Amino acid sequence: MRSRLFHWAPVALLPSLWATPASAEYGLNMTRGVTDVSQSVYDLHMTIFWICVAIGIVVFGVMFYSIIKHRKSKGAVAAKFHESTVVEIVWTIIPVIILVAMAWPATTTLIEMYDTSESEVDIKITGYQWKWRYEYLGTGVDFFSNMSTPKEEIYNTAVKNENYLLEVDNEVVVPINRKIRFLITANDVIHSWWVPEFAVKKDAIPGFINESWTRINEPGIYRGQCTELCGKDHGFMPVVLRAVEEKEYEEWILAKQEQARAEAELAKLTFTLEEQMERGLAVYTTNCAACHQANGAGIPPSFPALKGSAIAIGDIEKHIDIVVNGVPGTAMQAYGNQLSDVDMAAVITYERNAWQNDTGDNVSAKDIVDFKNK
Amino acid sequence: MSAVIDTTKPNHDDHEHHGPAKGIARWLFTTNHKDIGSMYLWFSFAMFLVGGCMALTIRAELFQPGLQLVEPEFFNQMTTMHGLIMVFGAVMPAFVGLANWLIPMMIGAPDMALPRMNNWSFWILPFAFGLLLSTLFMEGGAPNFGWTFYAPLSTTYAPDTVTYFIFGVHMMGVSSIMGAINVIATILNMRAPGMTLMKMPLFVWTWLITAFLLIAVMPVLAGVVTMMLMDVHFGTSFFNAAGGGDPVLFQHIFWFFGHPEVYIMILPAFGVVSQIIPTFSRKPLFGYHSMVYAVASIAILSFIVWAHHMFTVGMPLVGELFFMYATMLIAVPTGVKVFNWIATMFRGSLSFEAPMLFSVAFVILFTIGGFSGLMLAIAPSDFQYHDTYFVVAHFHYVLVPGAIFGIFAAVYYWLPKWCGNMYDEALAKWHFWLSFVGMNLAFFPMHFLGLAGMPRRIPDYALQFADFNSISSVGAFLFGVTQLLFLYLVIKAITKGEKATDQVWEGAEGLEWTIPSPAPYHTFSTPPEVR
Amino acid sequence: MVEVNPHKRTVLKSLFAVCAMFAFGFAMVPLYDVFCDITGLNGKTGGRYELGDARPEVDTSRQVRVQFTTSNNENMPWEFRPLEQEIRVHPGEVVKVEFYARNPTDKTMIAQAVPSLSPSRGTDYFHKTECFCFNQQELGPAEDINMPLIFVVDTALPEDLKVLTLSYTIFDQSALLESAKLDTDDSQAAVLAAR
Repeated sequence: MRSRLFHWAPVALLPSLWATPASAEYGLNMTRGVTDVSQSVYDLHMTIFWICVAIGIVVFGVMFYSIIKHRKSKGAVAAKFHESTVVEIVWTIIPVIILVAMAWPATTTLIEMYDTSESEVDIKITGYQWKWRYEYLGTGVDFFSNMSTPKEEIYNTAVKNENYLLEVDNEVVVPINRKIRFLITANDVIHSWWVPEFAVKKDAIPGFINESWTRINEPGIYRGQCTELCGKDHGFMPVVLRAVEEKEYEEWILAKQEQARAEAELAKLTFTLEEQMERGLAVYTTNCAACHQANGAGIPPSFPALKGSAIAIGDIEKHIDIVVNGVPGTAMQAYGNQLSDVDMAAVITYERNAWQNDTGDNVSAKDIVDFKNK
Repeated sequence: MSAVIDTTKPNHDDHEHHGPAKGIARWLFTTNHKDIGSMYLWFSFAMFLVGGCMALTIRAELFQPGLQLVEPEFFNQMTTMHGLIMVFGAVMPAFVGLANWLIPMMIGAPDMALPRMNNWSFWILPFAFGLLLSTLFMEGGAPNFGWTFYAPLSTTYAPDTVTYFIFGVHMMGVSSIMGAINVIATILNMRAPGMTLMKMPLFVWTWLITAFLLIAVMPVLAGVVTMMLMDVHFGTSFFNAAGGGDPVLFQHIFWFFGHPEVYIMILPAFGVVSQIIPTFSRKPLFGYHSMVYAVASIAILSFIVWAHHMFTVGMPLVGELFFMYATMLIAVPTGVKVFNWIATMFRGSLSFEAPMLFSVAFVILFTIGGFSGLMLAIAPSDFQYHDTYFVVAHFHYVLVPGAIFGIFAAVYYWLPKWCGNMYDEALAKWHFWLSFVGMNLAFFPMHFLGLAGMPRRIPDYALQFADFNSISSVGAFLFGVTQLLFLYLVIKAITKGEKATDQVWEGAEGLEWTIPSPAPYHTFSTPPEVR
Repeated sequence: MVEVNPHKRTVLKSLFAVCAMFAFGFAMVPLYDVFCDITGLNGKTGGRYELGDARPEVDTSRQVRVQFTTSNNENMPWEFRPLEQEIRVHPGEVVKVEFYARNPTDKTMIAQAVPSLSPSRGTDYFHKTECFCFNQQELGPAEDINMPLIFVVDTALPEDLKVLTLSYTIFDQSALLESAKLDTDDSQAAVLAAR
């Protein structure tokens, strides 16, 4: 970490440092981003900012002149004037002209953002409490992206890594130089999907679909966050995109499709309890631990404990039912459409054997498939 | 209601010869505008401290990255309750308190028009906030969906305590509406002979317009929480897409209330500053008429800009453009006000006692808040600012040095009239400078945080935001602790301050300065003649 | 002499304004729907569209991509997807597509599909003559169904709109079923009739 003292300097020197290119490094100003739109937004932002600075200098200049020159302690005698229609009209009209000058570039930028021309990649983004789901329309690629920062870093028992809170298990891979359309919706409450480098921020609203688009100019990893309060873990659902060359993107799509096929193959195999526990722990940590906690103790009453619970040590089918179909009217989601059958089997096995639940049950992917087809 | 109205018949003859009742009964049953005004002010200060403690809990957690003190669930309860308490419990009652104390004295009326309703509208508040605060100790915790309580987080996904929250909001709404009706009736019907509308002090003007805003939008707030109640308990689907409703509808109704609400919190402060700056410039207010028209146009415009809070919900292009232009337009009357204040100071004979210091800081810092507001109005760049700390910085700049500094200025300015004693000027200057530094330290870095990409309402943040968050927390604690000095100052002034003159301030003008200090329990029993 | 109380008038007027604004709050609900209809805000598509006798001519000079996508709201375990993800249609052409739904649970469930179209500017030009979203769907345990959607894209669709995405979100409305059961034996019929 850089010295803290160093960071005080810009505060003292503002706003002159605000616009210097170097300032981006210290997180002082809006990013220029990596798209034409984000560049226009940045330019617009700076234009308005400098206009405000200019107005501020004039207005506060007059004010401080008075404060310094027209003090009673300096023997200033108050003038008597208190009205002037001409002046009032002048300082009504001048701001109007300035505003029109501001509205012009704002309008053109906005129209640019609302472009509806044909896109080449369509990604449907669904906000869940508290993760994002990405479906690449027409390719069959469909996955969830969870924050991957370990709890130990959040609770200060481990050193925080560079991308603390801004890292995910599955990055969204997108091609550069192609128009990408985002279709944004939500599964439960309102979320908002934001990537500052693209100047794309759109609310994800349950039952409704929103759209936005981008065309990325430079390869790189771009990070954003959910920006609409969506409950407990609102602060822990980052967005991470990796923009790559078109060819690499094509390969990635193929690899993803292959991976899905392999996953389906896995469902036919059987695993030992140890293998299941290992896989189950990973699935549990990303999907379940936010509410039920890593130690299975939950946060009663909203999020019940799994350790020693009647569900986790009772009837297996009931347990599968709850995880697959959720519990209506509670925060327990239906994971049947979210987890693969292999992961589902592993996490249920984990929950039945961790924290001294020790049932010894080994639930297989086949059990899940059978349950779903029952 | 008719019983309430009947009480206003002028049968107060017996009042003129006795002072306040003794003991607790004085406060429980009082119909005296000065008593009620004081109670409002003390209540709002108590709420200011409660809401402030919540803010400090938030800032303490955000002092460093990682979760140290509170869990995210409790953090969300803190942000929600902080917002609700500051808006409805601290700022609004403080201005109602000032209205109670000052409006009758400024227009030469013996009391508020509807004194018993006045008592009632105050005493609802402690119960409303008692109810709201009690949810902190209930199972499931306090409301955790933000002070803007967007559906469906606040309906389908809310803790059970949402019902108490709704009931609390209803009670506050009733209290505010009664207060507003009282202000309107007082101003329209009880002005001293010769006090035409265009001779009224600006504080009275701004409050009249505020009262109209309250009457227009508090019922809409009541409506929206009623719809929530029905969605939560009676199976309706106002805000649920499954039943043909729409969560975005909630935001439209909420902000139809919410945007005028912003002006409800700032217009009376405009009035206060418009009283104070001429006094300490020893020069009449510049452009009185245009000030009145500016306030009125701000109030009217406030009804057609609400969707600028919702630029990212996916509005059609024309909608975005309309709300962008309308919002930018508000800068014009606001600018006129700032220019008029500065023109009032220009070539005056300035002195800088505490009320003036707070007023000058108000003009400067509120203008900075106005600039960030203008930036936020620009829809394309709002996509980058929306729901980040830039917004938090913006509204704290208009509310803390705006509304709160306005209230401090008012208290210092009129306290000698209220209690008959001067406050300690040296300590008050300390209060000002510590507040000024603390406040800027707390909120200026938030601009940078927001621009650099920190979303609001998060309990933990990425490492690049760490430094500015630490600075901000230090500033917040400085600002918070300084307010205890204010409490001490006020108590000291009341108990052992130096005796104030009737005129109090050299340049002060207005009916309230013609009566003795402290103001007698009953004033203007015979209306004064205004030239 | 009866003294006229000036406050009475003021208070009554104010109270009238308060009541009117409270009513206005509720009036915003239908007003908003009208507003959405006009502007297409939020991608709300209209109700059933009557094609009438005078069928519009098919505009064969251009094609529009129509995408279909589905989402399950929270706790909705149904399998729900379009049989075709994307088709190309000429404006004016009457097209039928189907959606597949399956109830994997061992309970009878009721679902409501909510349509939303993007970009919202297209909603005025997307007409559904038949849609499963006009009614609630009821499926017994392990039952499945193919549900029809018949639509026409208006020939007046602006030239710059090349892609329309129709999204359905399916919500679990079985709670209605349960609450209705308490009221009447003929619950399902009652619920559906009431819609």
